[in-house]
Parts: sequence; structure tokens; C-alpha cells
Amino acid sequence: MPTKVEKDSLTGQETTGHEWDGIKELNTPLPKWWLYVFYASIIFSVIYMVLYPAIPSLSGYTEGLLGWDRRAELREEIQEANAAQAQFVDRIKASEPRQIAEDNELLNFAMAGGQAAFADNCAPCHGQGGAGRPGGYPTLADDAWIWGGTMEAVHHTIAYGVRNEHEQSRQSMMPAFGNILDRQQVEQVATYVYSLSNDVTDQAAVQAGQEIFQQNCVACHGANAQGNNQLGAPNLSDAIWLYGGEKADIVAQIAKPKHGNMPAWSTRLDPETVKMLAVYVHSLGGGQ
Amino acid sequence: MAQSAVASAERVTARETYNEDVVRLFVLATMFWGVAAFTVGVFIALQLAYPELNLGFAETTFGRLRPLHTSGAIFGFGGNALFATSLHVVQRTCRARLFGGDETALFLFLGYQAFLVMAGLGYVFGITQSREYAEPEWYVDLWLAIVWVAYLVVYVGTIMKRREPHIYVANWFFLAFIVTIAMLHIVNNLAVPVSIFGTKSYSLFSGVQDAITQWWYGHNAVGFFLTAGFLGMMYYYIPKRAERPVYSYRLSIIHFWALIFLYIWAGPHHLHYTSLPDWTQTLGMVFSVMLWMPSWGGMINGIMTLSGAWDKLRTDPVLRFLVVSVAFYGMSTFEGPVMSIKPVNALSHYTDWTIGHVHSGALGWVAFVSFGAVYFLVPHLWKRERLYSLKLVSYHFWIATVGIVLYITSMWISGIMQGLMWRSYDRLGFLQYSFVETVEAMHPFYVIRALGGIFFLTGALIMVYNLVRTMRGEVREETPVLAGRAAARPAE
Repeated sequence: MPTKVEKDSLTGQETTGHEWDGIKELNTPLPKWWLYVFYASIIFSVIYMVLYPAIPSLSGYTEGLLGWDRRAELREEIQEANAAQAQFVDRIKASEPRQIAEDNELLNFAMAGGQAAFADNCAPCHGQGGAGRPGGYPTLADDAWIWGGTMEAVHHTIAYGVRNEHEQSRQSMMPAFGNILDRQQVEQVATYVYSLSNDVTDQAAVQAGQEIFQQNCVACHGANAQGNNQLGAPNLSDAIWLYGGEKADIVAQIAKPKHGNMPAWSTRLDPETVKMLAVYVHSLGGGQ
Repeated sequence: MAQSAVASAERVTARETYNEDVVRLFVLATMFWGVAAFTVGVFIALQLAYPELNLGFAETTFGRLRPLHTSGAIFGFGGNALFATSLHVVQRTCRARLFGGDETALFLFLGYQAFLVMAGLGYVFGITQSREYAEPEWYVDLWLAIVWVAYLVVYVGTIMKRREPHIYVANWFFLAFIVTIAMLHIVNNLAVPVSIFGTKSYSLFSGVQDAITQWWYGHNAVGFFLTAGFLGMMYYYIPKRAERPVYSYRLSIIHFWALIFLYIWAGPHHLHYTSLPDWTQTLGMVFSVMLWMPSWGGMINGIMTLSGAWDKLRTDPVLRFLVVSVAFYGMSTFEGPVMSIKPVNALSHYTDWTIGHVHSGALGWVAFVSFGAVYFLVPHLWKRERLYSLKLVSYHFWIATVGIVLYITSMWISGIMQGLMWRSYDRLGFLQYSFVETVEAMHPFYVIRALGGIFFLTGALIMVYNLVRTMRGEVREETPVLAGRAAARPAE
């Protein structure tokens, strides 16, 4: 039933003579610009394939006239980047963290490197700028330290972490006093600890709590509850809390303490980066 | 009916001649899944801007809802639109009722909806293969394979028994879509179930072979599902609605074969600068560059079919949907080859630019051409004189267009900013920005993107309202769109 070829009055083109459900087709030639750009894209592709690795065979592939290799290029870029930093990195390698902080040029470099490494590795827990987060992630920008705020102590904590499997890791474990003291005693000692940074009216409970504290807690937290950096026992009198400062939080932490962990960053980062991190964290506000 | 058909006579006997019941069902499913997928899309866009909206349940986290959105949009909305239009077009242009009888056609509908429901429930409950756009597990894949082969048989059977001497170009594209998706679906989903009674399976591929198989599938889901199939739709509904002949038969042949041949190689451009060998990346890039003109062949044929009928764009918002969809198609098929060029990809890869690119194609091209087709189909299938309201179509058009512009511009800015921040070093050679800082910088653009999504969803709801009123046979009293001006000016 081929219909006959017609001329379209609006465009002057002829139709192909086919028709489907009322739809006809013009026999317009291919647009010239379209065809030439298509050819150009093919020529571009052929040239690109001659220059770069492209055609596979059973035993390999054509490597291209430029001899370009992505892995080699990456290796070169990394070498260049390393070479550009080498003058500083070599000196950091040979210096202790405290010496780095005393050399203005090295300090400048270490602060930049430490900040970059901190933002990608430490900020997820400790917050940007070391602001800390509730739930056991201590603030690093104040002068309250659990494991010490000297450059050496900060470096050690970063390098070996807290309560992990590394043999030099910081280790401490507060016992669950819920198994040692009775309910009322836990309540009383919590009242005492709470009273160190809050006003408390029930002086009888504070008295009783202080006695229990003297018998059970001073060995680690000290007679005045000032804490002990050697043992990782936090200061309990400074209104800075890892797991919350409400009475109920303190009761929970005495009865069944939570213990945070931190990885040994020396197993993940190179020694220079760990040193730069120590310098950076030490500078945040509370370095001793 | 044996002789060349008179349109009005055919209209009268259409019910007896063609199976339009199944087309109506697929149109209804298109409307349903469209609104569902857009709603989930808006929700997960808001989750990205406001993470509290993950709500703390595993079932409502972004990770589970995102495939619900992508599958809902691609397979729910797009797939049902393709079923509806392909089964409508093949009957009309072959002048033959669907092969296999009405029962098989009904099976296609029920079987496909069952696939969608099984897939969606799986995502929410955490049953997934974790393969992009192919998340459903093995039992769902097997079921879809059965439905799809039945689809192929119905389609080819109808073409075989056609009462036209030639096969219309729309059917070439629909057929290429059906055949290639069958091949892609089966190969990409080759997997060994852990147990016949369990949902878990493991892919036959591993490592970089697995990656390239996934992107061979993934990119051709774009190429054959979201491109070839919708080009088939375009080739029928644009000339039909514009009442003009297709611009160039020759162009349709050349760009069809070029597109089909070139698309299937382009997948490796999703894996630039990965462990995929250099030579494979080169091939992925050059085949993508060569795809530019074959893609534009479809755009030229779509837009130029309006030559001599441009004035209709002023008065017919349905045609405007169809033509603007082709313009978006042209834009994203230029952007795609550009992004496949390796130095460009080094900036764009893994950023929001990719998301913006996908959505200029998905919202601008796929959804707009589907809206145009559905607006055409509903009065036709429900035997109504016209749509309930052309004014509402016009509102839908502008609201959705504003939504798309908000979406893609915010993602361009966010994506390029993200890429530049990732690669920025300070003068001492350290990274200038941490990852979390780049995420913070993206927040305002995530809000704008969500707003764009809300616009787009609003437009779709207006469409559903308009179509339901149309189905009920109601006609809104209104002046024609731009009637005054159109009358004042002669058509050019």
C-alpha cells in the first residue's frame, strides 16, 4: 500500500512516501554541519587512540605514541610533591616535637600539616579545631588534660592512642563501683563529686560521700579530686565532664563507667605527620 | 481496514482493533510511580540537607531510600511510561493488535508491577545486591527476566504481524531498548544464590571485572532504557502532536545505528582514574565523544519536525513539554561527552556535578517527554474531547521548568566547588580543605536542590489532578492559552 511521494508545501522537501498512523517522513538530507562535526569527533578519537593506550590484544594492548601511563604519571606527581616538602620534612624527621615548636619556620610548616591531618583524621571525634564532642570526646583546645598536656605527653597519646591493642597505648580502667559500693554509697559519692563544682544543700550526703571518696577514689583521682595525668584519671573538680555533669551522669559513670578508645595513630600515619599533629594540638590552647 | 486508513473510521473501530486497556493501565501506573518516586526524591534531598530526617530507623535512612527513588523513577515512572507508549505506538504504527492476546498483555502489566513492588520492599528491608540501578536480588531479577522476555515476544510478534510494509522508526528504538535491556539485565545480574530459600546472592564477577560489568550495565541503562526507549516515544508523539512529518528519514537511520553501535562501549567513562586499565578508559572516553553527534541527531529530528509549526508552541503546552524535553536531551548529551573527557572527569567525578547531569537528563528529558506523551494519551485513551485544562498543563510546565533549573544549577555550582575544594593545596603542599569542610560548603546548594525537587513534585501533582479530571470526562471552562495573541498574529 505504499503511498506516493509528496512534496511538503511548508519546507519544500519531499516525503519518503511511507505513512504510519498519519505520520509521514521528509527525506531531508543530513545537515552538513552535523555530518562534519560527527566526522571530526571520529578523527579526534582515532588520533587520541594512536597517542594513548587503546587497543587490546590477547597479550597486551597498544601503548600509544606518547608512552603515557597513568600510574607512572601519578608516581611522578607524588615524587614532585614530596620533593617540594623535603626540606621541611627532613628537618622534622630529625627533630623532637618541642624543637619543632621552637623553630619558627618548622612551626609554620608543622601547623599547616598538623591542621590538614587533624581535619581529616581527628575532627570526626574531637570536632573541628579540637572543640570536643559530648559522649567521651575530650576538648583539645582547653588546658584540662587527661593524659598530660606537655608536648611529649600529647605526642605519646596521639602516636599510641588510648585503650587499644598497641603495647605502648595509654591504659587505665576505672572499676565498676556499682559492684563494690551499695546504691546509697554510690549516690553519696556522686553527690560529693557533684558538689565540687556545684552548690549542694544536702551537706550530710556530701560528708558521707567525701568519706567514701577518701577510701575508694583518691588513689587515682587524688585527695582533692584534681586527677592524675600519669594514670589518666580526670580532674573531677573543674566542671569539665567527658560523659556529662548532671548528678545522674555522675552516678552512672561511677556505677558502670564508660571507657573511650583512641587508635594508635603511629600505625596509620607517618612519624612526621604524628609529630606535626602533636605540635598542632599542643598549640590549640592548653599546651604545657 | 485493509486499505489506507481514514483517521475517523479508525477512531471508531480502535477499541476493537487495538488493545488499549493495557495502555490505560500502564498510564495509570506511570502517574502513580511518578508521584511516588518524586516524593521519595524530595525526601532524600531533604535528608542530605537535614540529616536528622534519617529518623533513626534503618528503613528510613538515605542508604535504603535512595535506591527506592532511583528505581522508582527509572523503572517505576520511566518503565511504565515506556510500556504504555511502546505498546500504544507499536499497535498504531503496525496497524495490528498486540501479539499474544489480551491475557499476555495483562501479564506484562501485573508482572512488571510485581517486579517493582518486590524490588522496592527489598530495598527498604535491606535486601540488595548493591549494584547501581540493579539493586534487586536474584529472585526479583529472575522474575523480571521472565516478564521482559514476554515483553520482547509481544513486541516482536506485533511487528511481525503488522499491516504496514515498513517498520516505523519509533519501533526501531523501542525494539533496540527491549533487546539490549534484556541482554544487560541478564549478564549484569549473573549471580549465585547462597540458598534457594534465602534472598542473598553473590555476583559471578569480582574486582575490576565486576566494576566494568556494572558500568557497562549502568551506562547502557542510561543509553538504552532512558535514551533509546524515550527516543522511540519522541518519534511518535512529536510528529503526531505537531501534525508535521518527521524532519529527516535519512538522519533517523544514520543516528539510530550510530547511537546503537557507540553507546554500548561508553561505560568505562564511569571508571576513569580507577584500577580499570588505561586502554579501557581510553575506549570509554573516545566512544563517548563520538556519541555526541548521534545523540544530537535525535534532537535535530525532534526539534526540526516543528519547522513550519513553531507557532503551535505558543498555544499548545503539551507540545512545549515534548519539544523542551528534546532541548534538555540535547543539553545533557553535550554535557555527557564533555564530562567523559578525562581531565574534565578528574574534576567532575564523584561530585554533585554528576548528580546534576543525571537530573537534567532524568527531569528535563525523560520526565518531560513522558509528561507530553501522557497528556497526549489520556484524552485519546479515555475518549475525551480534550484535556480538562490546558492552562494547568501550562502551569505544570513552568513550575517543573523552574524546578529543573534550580536543581541543575545548584548541582553545577556545588559539584564544581566540591571538585575544586578537593584538589586545592596550600602553598606548603597540604590539602587546603578537609572533607567535612567541603560537605559544609555544599549545604546551601542541597537546600536549593530540595526546593527544585519540591517544584518538580508540585508540577506532577497538578498533572495528576488534571488527568484525573480528564478521565472523568470533565472540561474546565477557560480561555485557550494565549488565545488573544495567537489570534492577533498570523502563523509564520
